[in-house]
Formats: sequence, structure tokens, C-alpha cells
Amino acid sequence: MTHDLSSLVLAQGDSWITFDVKGFLDQFWANTIDGLAYGSIYALVALGYTLVYGVLKLINFAHSEVFIYGAYAVWFTLFGLGFRPGDTPELPVFELIGFLLLALLAAMAVSGGTAVLLERVAYRPLRKRGAPKLVFLITAIGASFVLQQILFIWRGGNAEQGIRLMRNEPVFKLFGADVTNVTIITIIASVVLMLATNMFVNRTKFGRGIRAVAQDPDTATLMGVNKERVITLTFLIGGLLAGAAALFYMMKVPQGASYQGGFILGIKAFTAAVLGGIGNLRGALLGGLLLGVAENYGQSLFGGGWRDVVAFVLLVLVLMVRPTGILGESLGKARV
Amino acid sequence: MTVTSTPTAPAAAKRRRPISEWWNNLPRVQQWLVLVPLVVLIYLLPVLNPPILSTQPGYNFPIAMFEVSRYALVAIGLNIVVGQAGLLDLGYVGFFAVGAYVMALFTSPDSTLHKLPFLIVLPIAMVVTMIFGVILGTPTLRLRGDYLAIVTLGFGEIVRLLADNVDPLRGNSGFQAVGHPPGTNADGSALFNNSDGTPWYWLCVTVIIIVLFLVGNLERSRVGRAWVAIRDDEDAAEIMGLPTYKFKIFAFVSGAAVGGLSGALYAGQLGFVNNQKFDVVTSMLFLAAVILGGAGNKVGVLLGAIVVAYVPLRFQAIAEYKYLIFGLALIILMIFRPQGLLGARQRLLTYGRQAYQRLLGRGEQISSDGSLAPETPGEKA
Repeated sequence: MTHDLSSLVLAQGDSWITFDVKGFLDQFWANTIDGLAYGSIYALVALGYTLVYGVLKLINFAHSEVFIYGAYAVWFTLFGLGFRPGDTPELPVFELIGFLLLALLAAMAVSGGTAVLLERVAYRPLRKRGAPKLVFLITAIGASFVLQQILFIWRGGNAEQGIRLMRNEPVFKLFGADVTNVTIITIIASVVLMLATNMFVNRTKFGRGIRAVAQDPDTATLMGVNKERVITLTFLIGGLLAGAAALFYMMKVPQGASYQGGFILGIKAFTAAVLGGIGNLRGALLGGLLLGVAENYGQSLFGGGWRDVVAFVLLVLVLMVRPTGILGESLGKARV
Repeated sequence: MTVTSTPTAPAAAKRRRPISEWWNNLPRVQQWLVLVPLVVLIYLLPVLNPPILSTQPGYNFPIAMFEVSRYALVAIGLNIVVGQAGLLDLGYVGFFAVGAYVMALFTSPDSTLHKLPFLIVLPIAMVVTMIFGVILGTPTLRLRGDYLAIVTLGFGEIVRLLADNVDPLRGNSGFQAVGHPPGTNADGSALFNNSDGTPWYWLCVTVIIIVLFLVGNLERSRVGRAWVAIRDDEDAAEIMGLPTYKFKIFAFVSGAAVGGLSGALYAGQLGFVNNQKFDVVTSMLFLAAVILGGAGNKVGVLLGAIVVAYVPLRFQAIAEYKYLIFGLALIILMIFRPQGLLGARQRLLTYGRQAYQRLLGRGEQISSDGSLAPETPGEKA
């Protein structure tokens, strides 16, 4: 019977996993650049996890649905503006920027609103009752189900047909790999948004409140910080960033809006947050970029189906080896 | 063993669940007198096909009953992990999938492996799943709470993605003609076939009764007390010298074995295994069964499993909305009744109360609610 077992491992003469080293080396720079673009999207969503975790020590499991609501908002905004799936219109630059900003605002408004509503309906009653942590997680799972199913019942199981505002065209070459306009916009806008968030948390009065609650909620309350307002603000910022990420995601992956589409991306963003150190804003950026690149390498090395496996294996490995992530938890650490 | 009610705390005594109290204080013989006819009735259900309970014409009733019993078995297994040991496992479907795939690999003609009879593969499936439980548990059980939940979620997804991507596991095309237990009808056709749920239901109920006995014994043993200790306060348990890590792995492996068993039964009844049936949503439904009923309470999780599996089959009109309904139910339940429909009934503490009564002549009021319940003042004396 032993030979039968070995025949399972090597059925039809091929192994379970095939390595495409040549393809990996050929595509190395292209994968790196594409990975950075994906990674900056992950990082934006990861910031939402990180901020909420930093303040509430809670993994907001429904954050992936906050993201996907933003993606739907992008789709409906473009649809409402008269754009249709299929053809990519030729637009003047200023008009294009205007439409993109409009979509961005809509996505941020919807995602931010969803996040705040989620906090009101699902988490605040639990906090009032002083529920243990696991109860929050189960509620989050329930909320995630509800938000997903509302989309499913409304729009059905199929992903929305992609609406493209701009073509993914190469602008210049870096190490022989094409850098496209969408990649440039995604990476630059994400980094700017993250720097803005970092500034907001570290420089403003509201940001000081967030850090104070993250460090010690009770003392912060005694010092006159309105804890509930800080928590709402935290969810709002996370939602706004998820909405922005949704726009870039829809530009990069036009068929992104599906009721289940948030789940995988949410898990990846969470992985990114954990990788960098959950509760750490800079960690989210680092983790997101690392994960995006690692995933693309894995995809070209093992094949397309292994992309998600790489992300999940990375998640398990990171949590096992260094649960506090590369940079450690730090939102609560006092920094002047 | 006659137990008197506690006269010193009448108000508090009223708050305790009277039915479970009454039941626990019945002599063993009287419990059996109630239980045996109940079990007979449960066995007869698919034959009787009672008009109100019946899921027909929407869904074949015996097969619906098998579905319910399968969920019940899964819930008992997951309850060991979540309810007893307090380890939130979001990837339990992974163990279920491993059991189903082992059954398919050893019995389906689509697999290149040596073929074995169903009854031999059943324990093999359990053992392989237990090995997977060790593989997953050894590195990850040092994590706690949320992190453990996410890692197990990742594990469940990895299992599903492997089924997608590893060629010998045949991805979407899957395995046809998965094996079934021996036995033939009077006319020579196979007793356990895919269209008749009744024998499968009987088999599954029998398995449930056996598993309930085994798990019940485990709970009353040193192991069960260790699990409860870990669930209630892991740090305290560790400090008191309990090897918590060892017991957590033990809980994981026991739960995995039951998950693998139910997966193997499921594969046999359906006769077909592919990668579509083991997604995270299924895992969440399993968890919903345990949480709805009341984690830590065996009767509770059975009730939860019946609700989760039976309601969408009986009321086909709401089947489309079942995930929405379970999501809402989870939120509302966690806000108003975090311990589930029936909270964990801590027999050990009940015994402790009896000991108090004997020694001091008065009762010690102890919270009888589950691990997930908030500690409200007044429940603890």
C-alpha cells in the first residue's frame, strides 16, 4: 500500500507544486512594481485595522465590508455619471481628474459612513455592557455576514462589470519593466494619504486624543478626552482610507466589486497590518508593500492559484514567529 | 444523593434555570426513563415524517434529517474547541474538509490510491484529521483570542486553496462515487445510497450518541476540568501549574477528530467531494451553530445546530436569506445574551455547590453562565 501513497504525491508524474524559476527571474521587476501597487492598496485598508486595533484592541473583522461598500460606491458613481462597462472613454486630463475625485469622495463618504454606522450598531452596545473581547469578534463576524448579504440580495452573486475611466498605459520603464499610469497614481496617492494620516495622528489635537485612548483609555477619559468621540473618529478615518483604497482597487482590478470581494482583500490587509505590527501606522505601510510584493513573487514562482496561499501562509508564519509584527505595536506609545 | 434547595438565597435560586436544575437532581434511572423514549423518537423521525416538521415537498425529509444530524455532530466537535477550551476556531471547516478528502481519496475510483472499505477509512480519516490538528495546533496555540481566530481562519483557507490548486485533489472536478458503508436492502441494492437519507441519519445519530458519551466522559475527567480552567482564566490556570499548552492541543485534536469524522460521513452520503463545499462561510455557519445554542453546553449546541441546519431547509422561502438572518442573530444575541440560547452549565461548579452545602450547611451561589458571558455583579456571590 505504500507505493499507492507515493503515487498520490506524484500522481501522473508531476509534483504538487511546480516551480517556474525562469519566469520568476524574467518577471522580477514587473512583479515588484505591480506588487508595490497592490501593496499600497493593502496598506490603506490595513491602516483601518491598525487604527481600530490600536484604540480598541479589537480586530474589526467587518472592515473588509467597509472596503467593498466603497468599491460599490465607486462603481455606482461612475455608472451614475454616465460611464458604462466595456469601453474606456478618451477624456481630457482635467475632466478625468474631476471624475476621479468625485468617485474618490463618494467612496470615502460611503466607506466612512459604513464604518461609523457599524461602530454604532454593532460595537457600541457591547462596549456599554463591558462584554469580553471574543464577543466583539463574534459580533464583527455577524456584522460582516449582514453587510455582505445585503449586497448579495441587492446585486446578486456576480461581480459588477468593470467600468474603466483610464487605460492602464505604460508611462516609463524601470529596470526594463513597464510602470503604468495607474500604478503611479495608486502608489503616490496611497503614500500621500498615509503620510497625511500619520501627520493627523501625531500632530493634531484629535490625533493626540487617539494616541491617549490607545495608551490608556481610563486615564485619557480623566484627562478630558471624549473616548466615544475618539472611537468614532478612529472608525471614520479607517473607513475613509478604505474608501480611497477601494477607488484604486477598482482602477487596478476593474471587476473588483463583488459581494464577496472584500473578504480576501480584508484578510490580506489584516495580514499586512500584522506583518508590519498591528497598531503601528508605519508598520501598515511596510507590511502592505511587503505582502503585495511577496504575493506577486509567489504567483510567478508557483502559478496563479497560489497567490492567496502565499498570503495566508505568510499570515500564519508571521503570527507564529513574531505576533507583534516587524515594527511592533506602537500607536499607544507616546511620541512627541 | 438528595439535594435540598438553598433556603438562604431564595431570590438567587429563582434566577437559576429551573429545568436544568430539576433535571440534574433527578436520579439516573428517571433520567433514563425520559431519555430512552426520546432517543427512540429521534431515531423514528425520518420514518414518521411528521406533517409539521416535514420539509417536504421542498426538500427530502430523511436527507434533511441527515443534514441536521451532520451539523449536530460538527457542533459537538467544535464545541470541544470553542465551548470547552475557549479557543475561537474560525477554520474548523478545514478539519471537516480533511475528513471528507481522506474518505474520497481512499474510496473514490477517481483517486489513484489503493481502495479501502468505508468502515476502515472512517478511523483513518479521523487519525489523519487529528494529525492535522497537531500540525495546526503545535505552532499556533501559543497565540490567544483574536490572533488565534485569524490564524485558524487562515488555516481553513489554506486547506481550501490546496484543494483548488493541488492536482491530485482534483479541484473543481472532484471525486465521484465516494464509498459508503456495507449492507444491502432485501432486493440487493445498496442500503446506504445517496438518495435515501434514513440509514445515513441512523448512522449519524448513533455516532452522535457515542461521541456524546465519550465527550461527556472527557468533560467530567481531569482533562475537562483543565479545559474549563483554561477557558475561564488561562493565566490563572498556567500559574496553578496546569500545562495549558498541552491541554489546548488536546482540545484541538479531539475537536479535529470529530470534525474529520463528520466530514467523512458527509462525503459518503453525498458521494461527491470537490473544493466548493469547504469555504469560510460554512465555517462561520458551524460557529454560528455553537454560539447560537450556547458554547460549552452540549444540549445547547445540539439545539443551535438544529436551528442552523433545519430552519433553512424547512422554510425554503427564507433559505436565500439564511446568512443574513444568522448574521443578524449573532449580533443581536451577542448584545443581549452573549452566552447563547442555553448558557454553559457548569456541572463541576454545581458539584462544588453541593460540597459547600454538605460542609457548611449553606449554598454558595456561583455563576452558571458561559465563558462568553460578561461578569455582572450579583451573579457571583
